[in-house]
Amino acid sequence: MSLTLDRPAEVDAPLVEVKGLRHVYGGGKSGPGLVVLDDVNVTLRDHEIVGLLGRSGSGKSTLLRSIAGLITPSEGSVTINNPSTEAGQSAVAMVFQSFALFPWLTVEKNVELGLEAKGVPADQRRKRTLAAIDLIGLDGFENAYPKELSGGMRQRVGLARALVVEPAVLLMDEPFSALDVLTAETLRTDLVELWTEGRMPIRSILMVTHNIEEAVLMCDRVLVFSSNPGRVVAEVKVDLPRPRNRLAPDFRALVDDLYGRMTAQPKAAATQPGGRTGAPGLGAALAVLDTDTLASMIERLVTPPNDGEADLADLAGRLQMEADELLPIAETLQLMRFADMAGRTLRLTPAGRRYEAADLDRRKQIFAQHLLAYVPLARHIRRVLDEAPSHSAPASRFREELEESMSQAYAETTIEAITTWGRYAEIFAYHEDDDRFSLDDPA
Amino acid sequence: MVFLSSDRLNAGLLARFARRRLAPNRYDLVAMALIGAVALLLVHGARQMNLPVSTLQTAPITLDLAKLPEYALRSTLRMFAAILGSLLFTFVVATLAARSRKAELLIIPMLDIAQSIPVLSFIAFTLTFFVNLFPRSELGVELAAIFMVFTAQAWNMAFSFYQSLRTLPSDLEEVCQQFGLSPWRRFFKLELPFATPALIWNTMMSMSGGWFFVVASEAFTVGRNTYMLPGIGSWLAVAIQTENLTAVGWAVAAMAVIIVVYDQLLFRPIVAWADKFRFEQTASEVEPQSWFLDLLNRTRLAKRLLAPFAALARRLTPKARVAPRPPRPLSPIAAAWIDRIWTAAVIAAVIWAVLTIALYLLRHLNLRDVMQAFEAGLLTLVRVAVLIVIASLIWVPVGVWIGLRPRWAQGVQALAQFLAAFPANVVFPFAILGIAAFHLDPDIWLSPLIILGTQWYILFNVVAGASALPNDLREAAGIFKLRAWQRWRDLILPGIMPFYVTGALTASGGSWNASVVAELVSWGHTTLRAHGLGAYINQATAAGDIPRVALGATVMSLFVIALNRSLWRPLYAYAEDRFRLS
Repeated sequence: MSLTLDRPAEVDAPLVEVKGLRHVYGGGKSGPGLVVLDDVNVTLRDHEIVGLLGRSGSGKSTLLRSIAGLITPSEGSVTINNPSTEAGQSAVAMVFQSFALFPWLTVEKNVELGLEAKGVPADQRRKRTLAAIDLIGLDGFENAYPKELSGGMRQRVGLARALVVEPAVLLMDEPFSALDVLTAETLRTDLVELWTEGRMPIRSILMVTHNIEEAVLMCDRVLVFSSNPGRVVAEVKVDLPRPRNRLAPDFRALVDDLYGRMTAQPKAAATQPGGRTGAPGLGAALAVLDTDTLASMIERLVTPPNDGEADLADLAGRLQMEADELLPIAETLQLMRFADMAGRTLRLTPAGRRYEAADLDRRKQIFAQHLLAYVPLARHIRRVLDEAPSHSAPASRFREELEESMSQAYAETTIEAITTWGRYAEIFAYHEDDDRFSLDDPA
Repeated sequence: MVFLSSDRLNAGLLARFARRRLAPNRYDLVAMALIGAVALLLVHGARQMNLPVSTLQTAPITLDLAKLPEYALRSTLRMFAAILGSLLFTFVVATLAARSRKAELLIIPMLDIAQSIPVLSFIAFTLTFFVNLFPRSELGVELAAIFMVFTAQAWNMAFSFYQSLRTLPSDLEEVCQQFGLSPWRRFFKLELPFATPALIWNTMMSMSGGWFFVVASEAFTVGRNTYMLPGIGSWLAVAIQTENLTAVGWAVAAMAVIIVVYDQLLFRPIVAWADKFRFEQTASEVEPQSWFLDLLNRTRLAKRLLAPFAALARRLTPKARVAPRPPRPLSPIAAAWIDRIWTAAVIAAVIWAVLTIALYLLRHLNLRDVMQAFEAGLLTLVRVAVLIVIASLIWVPVGVWIGLRPRWAQGVQALAQFLAAFPANVVFPFAILGIAAFHLDPDIWLSPLIILGTQWYILFNVVAGASALPNDLREAAGIFKLRAWQRWRDLILPGIMPFYVTGALTASGGSWNASVVAELVSWGHTTLRAHGLGAYINQATAAGDIPRVALGATVMSLFVIALNRSLWRPLYAYAEDRFRLS
């Protein structure tokens, strides 16, 4: 009787409760450090799949690792209400983007790893391992080494290894993003099928993704994260019946909605003090993008059916790009005033149209004008080089200046980006040998 | 092929490491002072005991052919004892360095310097110490010989293991942490397997260099005492004393057999077996093969013999039931105090070390001695430099020619590896006879002996580099009809550069060691002497003049370390950065 009395309370209590989580990387004497997560509150209830959607740098993986106990967050608490305490069961288990298989262990030994660590007797271990291998569709591969398997098969091993310890919560860190499109789709459907049939020994799934369609396809709830610092900016319920159809209008509507919420972020971030956009004088961190990529996106915007503007979600679908890849391009075009972003629409500016119509040399000139006019860092480097008697300056100097307002990694990529653009625009040269910028120009 | 693939793996790690610490830091000085002081103190302490070492009776060595197999076996066993010691040292010290930051700050510079020190220059110290430790038995001499070989092998093995531990794939570490693997299990499931390929390659290199030291350390004279351990080295020493050329020939043959056997029965199988530990998710293009491993795999006997050990190992593995969470960090105040105490201890140790060395040298030597040692050092430096240049001029074109012809490359590669492992000191007598017969100037003609054994490192690295030149680049060079000079400048030399630097660096290091035995050689009553630091040390050792041995060894270490830091390291980092084709 006591069991039935306990039940309602158990169901009500969330399985995982994250309160006021904040995580800072680095920091100390040299600076304030990089805030990757700020005031994050997340609850995971029984029997649901929750997706954490956001762009790179939004701290989704850090959150997942905090829940897995791999990282101790700087502030806040993680509570896992796990009533199952049987031998060989875990509260959480994780599936990795890189599969994280031990290349020197066979499939069976890889799957067995968690059970062995928990001291489960050999005969039971084998039984449960084979059952997990069977469940996930790896029959016949027990003795194979990971290097003999395809990517999809490897991730199945990763799944089996997590499932065999019967975790209450299955954590997945971009589990399908290292796979090709077809393989990823097969694995997603297989996993959703196992979930709806209730054949997996788990209670809930929490997955990190930057693929919007994947989130809508698999999840019951999607939490959208902002970047720098990572915060939950939206929660979207997905009430579509399974199996879900990607082409159904309500599916598309949800995907569009999520696109809108993700693109809305840069503006939100710009108003936040202390974010990486707040750099005094030198502007925001830049994404390393090839000038050909930028040019190609500008051309795409005037190619029918686009007439100087396009819907980002449509564009992503047609180009087979994920939001994570597309948004930095759109933002860079906006930064250089070649395009404007309004909601989900990317529209070419007159300058963008001029660039599109020009020949190679003219394009370089336009690019150079815009680079100097709208990217403060480019203007700064050029001015320093003009004023220096030798017309050259060490790159480390600019890197250090950037590090006053952004993390070392961002400073590094920003310098890399400005080097590529500066070389293309022929406004300065860079010499890798001595790590210096200079004005000398073969032309 | 084995050397090639593993070499690349190792080179990458080394380059990363080299780039990070090009400039010597204060911990290098700390390490040098400590090593020097401890060596001095050990010898000094040993000499204070002042025991009549000459009472030690070792079984006399006879040039009886029936005894040669036994001697060969004894030499081989010595080698294995040293390699086991090196492995043990590696696991303990490298793991400590990887786990504790404080230990790391001391251990790593120490290893780095220890591996540049020419071991042979210290033979007087080790011998005196161990012999006095066990004054009435052969054990002391035996241990001294083994320790010599150990000091020639252990450092790069420990280095490689440490580097592997520092570059563990983070996702696999997370898997271990998440499933709560005990440190013991983690070591066997993750750390050891991951480190295995690099460690095996380094063990191979160590053993290959080690035969030279086995031969050199079996028979040695310090002061009035001559020690001879049953082994090939002593056989050789007796043959030289008695001017028995046939016996020298037998020593060469025995050494050749040992090296071939150990390669075929030990290392090929291990390398083939270790292929599964390579941390790549794809199968290797050319899998290493070993007929002996295939044989073992086919027999049931070996598996049965090993089964009890496997069962024992399983039983010994402790079972972790509680998942260990990461330990709570110390409070900042406590951590700061521990840091302070640690720093104070290190500073105290350095002051003690510097004082010990300074006092000792001041008591026994004057400035003239120091000048003399440096002069001798310069002579040897010139010798080594000239020989490296000459060897490069010969072996780079030959190596490239061979490397571009795959059919030749494999065979020559194996031969060059064999020659590199072959202890050159065994064939010294032939050279001495020649020099004596034609009355040649020893200052010039003894010099080639220095590089006799180490030049092969240049050859097989260049062969490896040339055969690794990408086919598309070669085809491009062919299509555009590059002229010979342009082809060398733009394709071949840059392509083999990282490989060549590795080879030349190894050859240079080995040459300093070889100078100790090559600048002063004898045949019966004939003694040939070249001027140089090697001869200086050798003579001081034979005379039992410990202060001069200490001075010579210190000066030689300084030369080698300076050369490594100012030339080889930067060159290596540059070659890796610029020319490594990946």
